[in-house]
Amino acid sequence: MELKAPEQELSRFRARVAAAAVFVLVGFGLIVARFVYLQIVRYEYYATRAEENRISLLPIVPNRGLITDRNGVVLTRNYSAYTLEITPSKVRNLEDTIDELSEFIDIQPKDRKRFKKLLEESKNFESLPIRTRLSDEEVARFIARRYKFPGVDIKARLFRQYPFGELASHAIGYIGRINQKEMAKIEDDEDLAANYRGTEHIGKTGLEQSYEKELHGVTGFEQVEVDASGRAVRSLARTPPIPGNNLQLTMDAELQRIAEQAFGTRRGSLVAIEPGTGGILALVSTPRFDPNLFVDGITPDNWDVLNTSLDKPMINRAINGAYPPGSTFKPFMAMGALVTGKRSATYAISDPGYFVFGNNTFRDDKVGGHGMVDMVKSIIVSCDTYYYTLANEMGIDLISDFMGKLGFGSRTGIDIEGESTGVLPSQAWKKKRFKKAEQQKWYAGETISIGIGQGYNAYTPLQLAHATATLAAGGIMFKPHIVKYVVDTQSGQRRMIEPTPVADLGFKPEHLEIIRKGMVGVNIYGTGARAFAGVKYEVAGKTGTAQVFSLKGGKYKEGEINERLRDHALYIAYAPANDPKIAVAVLVENGGFGAAAAAPIARQVLDYYLLGIKPAGAAPEDAEADPEDSHAHD
Amino acid sequence: MPTISLTDIRLFLLRIVRPLDPFLLIITLAIMACTYLVMLSASPERMGAHLTNVVVALTVMWIVAAQPPQRLNNFALPLYVLGVLLLIGVALFGDVSKGARRWLDLKVMRIQPSELMKIAMPLMLAWYFQKREGSLKVRDFLVAMLLLVVPVGLIAKQPDLGTAILVLGAGFFVIFFAGLSWKLIIPTGLIGIIGIVAVIAYQSEICAPQVKWPGLHDYQKHRICTLLDPSTDPLGKGFHTIQSTIAVGSGGFLGKGWRNGTQTHLDFLPERHTDFILAVISEEFGLAGVLIISILYCLLIARGLMIANNASNLFARLLAGSVTMIFFTYAFVNMGMVSGILPVVGVPLPMVSYGGTALVTLCLGIGILMSIRQSRRRR
Repeated sequence: MELKAPEQELSRFRARVAAAAVFVLVGFGLIVARFVYLQIVRYEYYATRAEENRISLLPIVPNRGLITDRNGVVLTRNYSAYTLEITPSKVRNLEDTIDELSEFIDIQPKDRKRFKKLLEESKNFESLPIRTRLSDEEVARFIARRYKFPGVDIKARLFRQYPFGELASHAIGYIGRINQKEMAKIEDDEDLAANYRGTEHIGKTGLEQSYEKELHGVTGFEQVEVDASGRAVRSLARTPPIPGNNLQLTMDAELQRIAEQAFGTRRGSLVAIEPGTGGILALVSTPRFDPNLFVDGITPDNWDVLNTSLDKPMINRAINGAYPPGSTFKPFMAMGALVTGKRSATYAISDPGYFVFGNNTFRDDKVGGHGMVDMVKSIIVSCDTYYYTLANEMGIDLISDFMGKLGFGSRTGIDIEGESTGVLPSQAWKKKRFKKAEQQKWYAGETISIGIGQGYNAYTPLQLAHATATLAAGGIMFKPHIVKYVVDTQSGQRRMIEPTPVADLGFKPEHLEIIRKGMVGVNIYGTGARAFAGVKYEVAGKTGTAQVFSLKGGKYKEGEINERLRDHALYIAYAPANDPKIAVAVLVENGGFGAAAAAPIARQVLDYYLLGIKPAGAAPEDAEADPEDSHAHD
Repeated sequence: MPTISLTDIRLFLLRIVRPLDPFLLIITLAIMACTYLVMLSASPERMGAHLTNVVVALTVMWIVAAQPPQRLNNFALPLYVLGVLLLIGVALFGDVSKGARRWLDLKVMRIQPSELMKIAMPLMLAWYFQKREGSLKVRDFLVAMLLLVVPVGLIAKQPDLGTAILVLGAGFFVIFFAGLSWKLIIPTGLIGIIGIVAVIAYQSEICAPQVKWPGLHDYQKHRICTLLDPSTDPLGKGFHTIQSTIAVGSGGFLGKGWRNGTQTHLDFLPERHTDFILAVISEEFGLAGVLIISILYCLLIARGLMIANNASNLFARLLAGSVTMIFFTYAFVNMGMVSGILPVVGVPLPMVSYGGTALVTLCLGIGILMSIRQSRRRR
């Protein structure tokens, strides 16, 4: 027994060693099985995951295309500047961080306000600028303290600049940061989403918006190897971006400037078109705004000023303002009479100074009337009675049918988005416009004032200029466009936006001649004579004064009535009358008489365009200094 | 003037070499050579410190190997008592770092007494069973378990789950080799397996944030929960497991090549020179590298068990057996951790991971095995 115990114990121990050996083998077997599973069975999956960890595609944003006028004057450009940016999701306390930053970088309350606004509009993981256009010194000061500010960084970015500020602001438009709605739209389209990775700005209005596709360019990509903290370690491959195309406009910047200055502080619009191509030479809407304010996100203060102003500077009156054309409608009415055969040019009426229809008396603006009036004279003296009777004879449907062909009441198709249709009254229009059966009915009496461009008539200045240009081009209608060439920045190749004739209205030369005669007479003997005194070329024109507020009975007295209720002043023209190079429509809101307020503006535009004469005393509007030179903090 | 003859040199070299078991030495050096290669890739800047550690550890190994096992026997009780006292000291006066109280500041040096227990525990238990040899009763197993549970509890409380597991493993294997009844082992093992399965099955319920686990810290619960589903915390605690698994899986059969591991070199892999060094091996040398390391460990363990088998007395047998199994526990827990089947408990890969303390402890273990083998052959 005594001897046996150790023996027994030893053999039991050896059994335990064997058990332990089995245990070890099973253990390692399990481990090896797990590694085989990970490294052989699931290899593809984990290899992909490792590559995804390692490789990051960084977008390289292309340079946005530039916009120049027809003579190559640069209207938009890009400059590179340093911005101080914060990624809100990576910062613990935004307020504290901004406070600390402001100790060594000039951060104004307006910068904070703008940042706050951007923050509300953006997603949290975006990096947002707190300050733009840092000076070299500020950059250096931040870099020295960078380690203290995780989530804050300096970025070199290209910024859009509009060197002439307010010049042609409605036509050119502006870019701004992509908002959530635009982002959603971009993300709907896979290709678009890929091309906008890294892009932060998008055209919001004007040409910047409508030619976004051309201006943006193609985003390049850099394949980089990144470490766990997301820092790029080395570049693996690079697809360079293709810069956006430049736009060369039909617009003449100097003409535009002269037109804008001619308005002074008055509200209104001017559209000048090249007849026979549809090229827009000038497109004015006043008051203007400074598109530079929008580029980095507009400050709430600036936005309030622009948005709450009674003058509504953000509205592009040229394409979105609808105004009754007043007497500028008359040449078109006369043309309609000739084309439809309702009246011959020689047919004359005797004008007593009013027209009675049913119980209503429609007054002419000249007490006692113009005597015997034929078509040419009706245009020259702007005889209302002639057109009251003409409208009555033609009837609303014939009028609206003819005016519709001239483009009234429908979009012209100009290359800026958001154009309004205006109102071309007709029986059908009224039926659609009103709900009650009683209101839907068209009354013959309503047709009378349509004849002098009043009543329901409401057209955009662009439509008016467009119709004038069609008349000037002998009835051939071209689609209006502001861009003449799309220029490939890499090859330098220019793609022309071809003038597209959209309709030939088949006007007869003898009819056109009668209208021309009347319109030329306007500026020699008629309502435009004073504005065009001493003119060196032949101008076909027509003044117009449109009622904003209808005065029952009594006579209209300009000075006694609230400025905003005064009549709109209008003027249309084309010149030289025998070989038109330019057609123009002018509208001055509440300007009073067209002859006094609108015609002189047209005169300045025509004088410059046809003769190169600049108006005396006009201050030149210089381009702003290049911000790259000054590093000025706005 | 005494002349130094060739024989003298031979005798001198023999004195140095004699305590060393060539088999164990070769395996140890082979593992260390692998480490050298991997360290050169994962963390070349620590190479100098690592080589110093290696020299110190091999010296310790040689010193211990040269001692007869009887001397180790004398150390058992004092070492154990000292260890427990220090652990109590840590619990009362220890320094807190990273939410755990592990260090004791002795003014001259800061020590981590739990490390001492890794060796003191098997020594103590082997000594105890040796004393009770021939008259072993159930009561003795209860005493042994008490001797085991007290320090393990103190270490787990610090909290240091990794070391607690290693000490528990070391102690358990002594009791196991001493002949703990299978009737106790099998049910306990079954309950353990059922428990783990239950935890996995009811993962979402027990991992809900409001649920408190008795006896475990929140961070320990978190570790286990992220192991069960690393995606619940991909940037926090789950990051280690996810990135380590990606490193392992993307290595494939032959790996991406030495110094070409992207997970390793782009910092996706955390703790790449310490606890997760196996992920570096897996990524750069693939399954082949893992198999080589596993085979080396198996050989080491086989040799250790062989030494235990041939040891002269119960103390030596139990000590050799349990010391050998320490290597297994280390390797198994670390490999399981790296491949995402065990929680991240901070156990290094034996003799590969950077870190002086663990390396010295492990080489001391090798030294003990060599010493025991030596005593057997001398008889």
